[in-house]
Amino acid sequence: MSLYDEFDFFVWFAVLAIPAVILGCMEKKLKIYGFFVTLVFVYLALKNSPAALGWLGFFCVYDYLLIISFIKLREKLGRNKIIYKLYLLASLMPLICNKLLGLEGNPDKIFMFLGISYLTFKGTQIIIEVFDGLIKKQNPLDYLYFMLFFPAITSGPIDRSRRFEEDLNKQLSREEYLELAGTGIFKIVLGAFYKIVIAALFYRVMTTFGKEPNIVSCMIYMYTYGLYLFFDFAGYSLMAIGSSYIFGIKTPDNFNKPFLSKDIKEFWDRWHITLSHWFRDFIFSRLMMTFMRNKTFKNKLTGASVGFIVNMTVMGIWHGLTGYYILYGLYHGLLLAGTEIFQKKSKFYKKYKKERWFIGLSWFLTFNFVMFGFFIFSGRFTELFDKLMTIILN
Amino acid sequence: MEEKILDILEEICGDEVVKEDRDINLLDEDLMDSLDYTELLIAIEDNFDVVIAPSEVTREEMDTPNKIINVVKSRM
Repeated sequence: MSLYDEFDFFVWFAVLAIPAVILGCMEKKLKIYGFFVTLVFVYLALKNSPAALGWLGFFCVYDYLLIISFIKLREKLGRNKIIYKLYLLASLMPLICNKLLGLEGNPDKIFMFLGISYLTFKGTQIIIEVFDGLIKKQNPLDYLYFMLFFPAITSGPIDRSRRFEEDLNKQLSREEYLELAGTGIFKIVLGAFYKIVIAALFYRVMTTFGKEPNIVSCMIYMYTYGLYLFFDFAGYSLMAIGSSYIFGIKTPDNFNKPFLSKDIKEFWDRWHITLSHWFRDFIFSRLMMTFMRNKTFKNKLTGASVGFIVNMTVMGIWHGLTGYYILYGLYHGLLLAGTEIFQKKSKFYKKYKKERWFIGLSWFLTFNFVMFGFFIFSGRFTELFDKLMTIILN
Repeated sequence: MEEKILDILEEICGDEVVKEDRDINLLDEDLMDSLDYTELLIAIEDNFDVVIAPSEVTREEMDTPNKIINVVKSRM
């Protein structure tokens, strides 16, 4: 069964949500029941592929052992950078194996299970925060519930363990719970409308008018694909967030009207927020702090530009070791670096940035840059590029 | 100490308004992006020996000069 994608799922969900609502209204803890429901959904989602289920189990045990052993070492040795780096590598290893073996088709299905990219990041966050001294103990049940939490297991949003556990162990009053669950239901309905109605509509237009090998058709493809991607992913995210509310967990939002962004920096604060903020907090900020401390770059702006490009290229690689994903990351890295330089250096920008026409123009350019980014992300750009090259070379 | 933080903020944000209005929202007013935030964390560590990890507090807990002063104070 595919979560949030099949009628069966929604029937199961509706049935299993009823006891949660009753418990919530009675001001009882939802933790144990919620964990049980999560196990049911993980089983239903993976029951047809025992290998994936096995690897998922292995991954959780492996990752948990890493965490508790690192907590012990951190306690004993303090901020030991070498041990930290080894643990970081070990924590990312399942994902690295999965991606590298994937290049050869991964016939043995090693570390092949849905959601591995998201799960790895959730585990790595814990390792980093243990090093930072923010996490000093990790309860196995809370850990497992956080990792497997069914609404977010396959495609996020990427929650943070400390935030999640706070919700998990908080007792809501009846009023608070009902308000949360009510908002949750609204989000589920809105998300379903996004995904099932609007995304499907754009998809239909895209496949009907966007497949011809000419410019107009490519343009139609670009815009409809971008809008389809948004409504599909934002719709899924809303449903995931809404259903987690019913189980008392306030999973963070993933999208905030991304197409209203007036520049690319703002866009990454509004698009796939939990991923981009993960990158911001665990890669970009740390990279920038290292650059500043070591005075790697004389010029602050050069450091920032390198930081943006590295950060976004890694994000591209995270999406998949495929040419167009990496290109997509690089493209956004360059856009962010360019935006940063323009905003810091340009007198024109400083003079006109508050003017209405400038904001309008800035919005229009951002929207089109973003859409072109999705065109790359879809694989269509590299496909066209390859075709063009063969024509030229022949 | 408060003065020192305000000086740091003025330099990072490039606007003296942070000294005049200590409850100004640095995020909403576009005074502090993620780059400036990292600079702030480093400056706090260098000046007050207070280490704040990038994921430790949410941006909303550090979005006005007053809130930043309070977070630093609470850790000194």
